[in-house]
Amino acid sequence: MNTSLSWIKMYVPDLDVTAQEYMDAMTLSGTKVEGYEILDADLDKIIIGQIEKIEKHPDADKLIVCQVNVGKETVQIVTGAPNVKEGDKIPVVLDGGRVAGGHDGKKTPGGIEIKKGKLRGVESCGMMCSIEELGSNREMYPEAPENGIYIFPEDAVVGESAVKALGLDDVVFEYEITSNRVDCYGVLGIAREAAATFNKKFHMPEVQETGNSEKAEDYIKVTVKDPELCPRYCARVVKNVKIGPSPKWMQRCLASNGIRPINNLVDITNYVMEEYGQPMHAYDLDTIEGREIIVRRADKNEKFVTLDGQEREMDDSVLMICDGEKAVGIAGIMGGENSMITDQVKTVLFEAACFNGTNIRLSSKKIGLRTDASGKFEKGLDPNNAQAAIDRACQLMEELGAGEVVGGIVDVCSETREPSRVKFEPEKINALLGTSLTKEEMLDYLNRVELSYDEETNEIVAPTFRQDIHCMADVAEEIVRFYGYDKVPTTLPTGEATTGKLSFKLRIEEIARDIAEYCGFSQGMTYSFESPKVFDKLLLPQDSPFRQAIPISNPLGEDYSIMRTISLNGMLTSLATNYNRRNKDVRLYELGNVYLPEELPLKELPDERMKFTLGMYGKGDFFEMKGVCEEFFEKVGMKDKFTYDPNSGKPFLHPGRQADIFYQGTVVGYLGEVHPVVAETYGIGEKTYVAVIDIPTVLEYASFSHKYTGIAKYPAVTRDLSMVVPKEVLAGQIEDILRQRGGKILESCSLFDIYEGSQIKNGYKSMAYSLVFRAHDKTLEESEINGAMKKILNGLTGLGIELRS
Amino acid sequence: MDMKQKLEALHEEARKKIMESGNLDKLNEVRVAYLGKKGELTAILKSMKDVAPEDRPKVGQLVNETRSRIEGLLENHKKALADAKREAQLKAEVIDVTLPAKKARIGHRHPNTIALEEVERIFVGMGYEVVEGPEVEYQDYNFTKLNIPEDHPARDEQDTFFINKEICLRSQTSPVQARTMEQGKLPIRMIAPGRVFRSDEVDATHSPSFHQIEGLVIDKNITFADLKGTLEEFAKELFGPETKTKFRPHHFPFTEPSAEVDVSCFKCGGKGCRFCKGSGWIEILGCGMVHPNVLRMCGIDPEEYTGFAFGVGLERIALLKYEIDDMRLLYENDIRFLNQF
Repeated sequence: MNTSLSWIKMYVPDLDVTAQEYMDAMTLSGTKVEGYEILDADLDKIIIGQIEKIEKHPDADKLIVCQVNVGKETVQIVTGAPNVKEGDKIPVVLDGGRVAGGHDGKKTPGGIEIKKGKLRGVESCGMMCSIEELGSNREMYPEAPENGIYIFPEDAVVGESAVKALGLDDVVFEYEITSNRVDCYGVLGIAREAAATFNKKFHMPEVQETGNSEKAEDYIKVTVKDPELCPRYCARVVKNVKIGPSPKWMQRCLASNGIRPINNLVDITNYVMEEYGQPMHAYDLDTIEGREIIVRRADKNEKFVTLDGQEREMDDSVLMICDGEKAVGIAGIMGGENSMITDQVKTVLFEAACFNGTNIRLSSKKIGLRTDASGKFEKGLDPNNAQAAIDRACQLMEELGAGEVVGGIVDVCSETREPSRVKFEPEKINALLGTSLTKEEMLDYLNRVELSYDEETNEIVAPTFRQDIHCMADVAEEIVRFYGYDKVPTTLPTGEATTGKLSFKLRIEEIARDIAEYCGFSQGMTYSFESPKVFDKLLLPQDSPFRQAIPISNPLGEDYSIMRTISLNGMLTSLATNYNRRNKDVRLYELGNVYLPEELPLKELPDERMKFTLGMYGKGDFFEMKGVCEEFFEKVGMKDKFTYDPNSGKPFLHPGRQADIFYQGTVVGYLGEVHPVVAETYGIGEKTYVAVIDIPTVLEYASFSHKYTGIAKYPAVTRDLSMVVPKEVLAGQIEDILRQRGGKILESCSLFDIYEGSQIKNGYKSMAYSLVFRAHDKTLEESEINGAMKKILNGLTGLGIELRS
Repeated sequence: MDMKQKLEALHEEARKKIMESGNLDKLNEVRVAYLGKKGELTAILKSMKDVAPEDRPKVGQLVNETRSRIEGLLENHKKALADAKREAQLKAEVIDVTLPAKKARIGHRHPNTIALEEVERIFVGMGYEVVEGPEVEYQDYNFTKLNIPEDHPARDEQDTFFINKEICLRSQTSPVQARTMEQGKLPIRMIAPGRVFRSDEVDATHSPSFHQIEGLVIDKNITFADLKGTLEEFAKELFGPETKTKFRPHHFPFTEPSAEVDVSCFKCGGKGCRFCKGSGWIEILGCGMVHPNVLRMCGIDPEEYTGFAFGVGLERIALLKYEIDDMRLLYENDIRFLNQF
C-alpha cells in the first residue's frame, strides 16, 4: 500500500511534517512506513517555459534552436526533440539545474546536472524535458508524448515551477499494513491514523446525496442467492456517461499508488477503491441481460472469460456475478470480458459489495488470479463501508461531469454490523501496560481514532470499520500506541522467583556436543524432510520399517516430501558435499530428530527421536568411531561394559564392519563403515564411518550421580596372557571369560597385542592380554592369583584357545 | 726447598692441571694424581716421618691446608665444567618457536548453536526454564489455541506444511506456549528453542526449515513495561551494553498489545550503514502481551494472570552476529564454513 503525502493532506490539511518525521512517527504509532520516495529529490531548477521561436540549426539537420521564454528572460535552447512547435509550454531545466535521468527512462542516482554549453557550435542554455527525464513515465502521465518533450496545457503559467505543475513536489510512502487493520488498506484509514499520530484534525470527504429523480431500482434488479458469501450488494446507475480523462489531481493520487490513469470512469472506481478500501466494479448496463444481477455460486467446471481475455475454470465454491442469462464477473476478483466498459458506454452500473473474505481468498487461489480488488476483499470488509463508497463514486461522477447519476440505490443487505463495545477499565489498562495514565488521557487517545466513550454504560464504542477491537487489551493497545511505546517504563517482572534450568535431555545433548567436538567432529544441521528415494540409496529393503515415513501433503517438491525416519541421509549428503569440494579428513556430527509414526496415515503425533549422528572420512577408523561413542557414554554416566553385536543387519553398512551397541541388554545405537555401494551412490570416494546413538535410550541409563572410590592401597600383580586364538573367536568373548572367571580381584584386562601372519598357523590369530589383579583390603597371595588364572585358562580352552609358550 | 715452598709449588702445579682439564674425566685424573692413594700429596704425607717431631704438627697442618685448597679448586672446576656442559646443551636445544603449533583437532559448533547457547545463558540467568515441544504438531496447538481461527490467512498453505487435517509441521515455536500453559503450573518463565518449518523456497534469505526461540512469562501483575525491560536487558546482553531498543506497534493474533523490536545497529552504532540499510536499526524479534483469548483457551484466567511472549529467529541472530550473508551456508555443512566458529 502506497500513498503520496499530498493525498494524506487532502484529509489532514494541517499536517506539516517532513517525510522522515512522517515515517518515524507513523511507524511508532503502528502504521509501519517501509520507506519513501521524494519524487523531486533529483529535480532542480525546472520551470515552465514557452517556445517563442524555432529556427533550424545551421550545422545539424536533426537539431532545432528554440528561443524559450522562462518568465524573467528568454533563453536559447538547442534540442533534437521532434514534437515541439512555437507556442508550446514545456518543462525547462535551467543552467545548473538537475534532471532525474535520461529520456530512455533510466534514472541516475543523484540526478544529472545540466550546464550551459554548445551543441554543434550553437549555444544552449538548459534543456527541455521529457516526462522520463523528470523521473516518471507515460504510464503515470498518459498525456505525455512518446519520445518527446512533455507539453503542458495552455493554462500553464510561464515561469512557475514545472515540478509543482506536474505534481512531482510530493513524497510517496510505502506502508506495511498488518492484517488486523483492514481499514488501513484505504487511504482514509491511513489518513485517520496520521491525524491521530500528529494530533491534527481529520476531515472525512463530505458526500452529499446525489442523483436525479429517477430510481435505480427501475434500472436494475439484484438477487443474492448466497447471502453468506455476499452479505451486502449495493448497486447504483449513472446514465449519459461521458468518457474522458480524469482530472490531474486524481491521476496523481492513483499514480502514487502505482495505478495507471485510464479514463474518468475507471479512475473513479480505482480512486474510491483506494480511498475507502472498498473495491468497486463498473458494468456496461446495456450488456446486462434482463437488467438483472444474480449473485450465485458457479457451477462445477463453469468456464468464464475474464477482463484480461483469459478463460478460467471455476468450481462450485466460487461466487459469480451473473445477469439474467450469463455470468458477467467473478465476485470480488475480476469482471468479465462480456460486460467490459468501452468508450461507447452509455449507462453504467456501479457495484460495491461485501463478500466473504475467506471465500475470496480461497477462490482467488483456486483460479490462480489475485487482483487489487481480491487482495482487499480477502481481508474481510465492513459491509457498512459499501454504501459510503458507492455514494462517493456517484458524487465524483457528478462532480467531474462524467454522467448523470440516477437517484436511489439497490441495496441487498443481509448483515448489518453493529459497533463493538468494550467495558472501559482504566485501572486494568494501566495494570496491563505498567503505566499510570489518567482516564482523560486515555479517552483523548481513543477519541483521536474515533473510539468514543459511552458514559452511560461505561463502554468504549468502536466504529464498525475497526473490526479489531474486541477486548480490554485491544483498547489498551489503541491507547499505548498513541501514548508512545517508548514512553512506557522499563521494569523487570517481580513476583515468585523461578529456577532457570535446562532439561536433563538438553544437558545430555550438551555433553554430546562437547564430546563430539573434543574428538574433532564439527556440528552440522540438515533438513528434517527428505526424498523417499533415500531408502533406495541406503539399500533398505521394501519391507524395511524405515520406509514407514510420514508424507507432507504440500511439500516444496519430491526432494522434501517425507519426514526422515533415519538420520544418515543428511549426514552422508553433507560428507559428500565436503568430499566434492576436496575437503580432507572431514568429521561431522548432528543432533536432530527422526520422526517415527505409530501408524500411517498419521492419527497421532509421531515419535520424535533425537539422534546423535557422527560421520567421518579420511583419518580414523572403525575403532576410533567406537572410541568416540564410548567417551560419550562414559561422560553421561553409563559406566558399565558395552557390548557390540556384529550381526546388526544394517544393509547400508559394510557387512563385516558394523555393530549394534548394547548397554545392559538394550540397543543404544549402531556404528560401522558405510557400505562401499552406498558411499559410491553418495559420491564419497573414501572409507566412511558413521555412528548413530539414540538419545531417548541414552536418557534411560544416563545419570549425573557419581561416587568416589578410594585409590588402591595394596600392590597390584600383573600377569600377561599370550595365546593363539581361533580366528572366529571375538575379543569380546575372551574378555567376557577374563571378567567372569577373574572374579573380583581382576582389576583390569587389556589387549596389548594382536597379530595374524606367517608365524601363526592358518585360521588362528595371536592375542596377548595384560591382566592386573588387586584386592582393595590386602596384599594378594600368590595362590589366589594362580587360582584365578587357572579358572581363566580353563575357560579359554573351551573356546579352542591355546596358550603360547 | 722447605716444605712450605714445596707444598706451594705442588698446589700451583695442581691448579694449572685442574684449569687445563676440559672434562670431568680429565679432572678426575688430576684428583687421583694429587689426592689419590698414590697421589703426590699423599706421598708427602707419607714422608712426614722424615720431619722433625716438633715440626710435624705445623707441617701436617700445611699439608692438610694444601689438600683442602686443591679439593676446593677441584670442586669449583667441576661445577664450572657442569655449568658449561649445561650451557652447551641449552644452546644446542634452541628451537624455532615460530614453527606451527600442534593442535588437538577439536571440532566446531554450529553458529546456530553458539547463538542459541548465548540466548539460553541469558534467560536461564533470569530464571527461565528451557523446554521443548514437538516439531510435528497438531494444528490445534499451532493455530487454534494461539487465537488463529480456522479461516485465518496465517493457516494458508503458502506458509505451512501440512500432514493432514489435524497435523502440520509447526510453523512457529509458539505452540510450546500453549502446551506449557496447559500444564497449569504457574508462574511460568520459559524459553522454547526449536526447529520450525515454512514453505519458503531455499535462497539466500529463506529456508523451509529454520529455528526460533519462544519466550513466555505468565504471572500475576506482569506488565507491558516488564516485557520492555526484559527484552532491553536481553538485547544488551546479546549485542553489547550500548545497544538501544525500539518497540514498534505490530500485530500478532496471539498477543495484544503487540510489538516488533529493533535494536540499534551494532555495526555502526545507529548512525546508519549498509548493514542496517541506512536506518541505524535492525529488526530482531516480535513480542507482546499474551492475548486473553489464548490464556483462556489454555485454562488460565486472564482476570487473574497476565503475561508476555516473544519469538526470536535464531538464524537471524546468527546471520547478524557473524555477518553471514547467505542462509544456505548454515545447512550445507561445509567444514571450511563450520571451522570458523
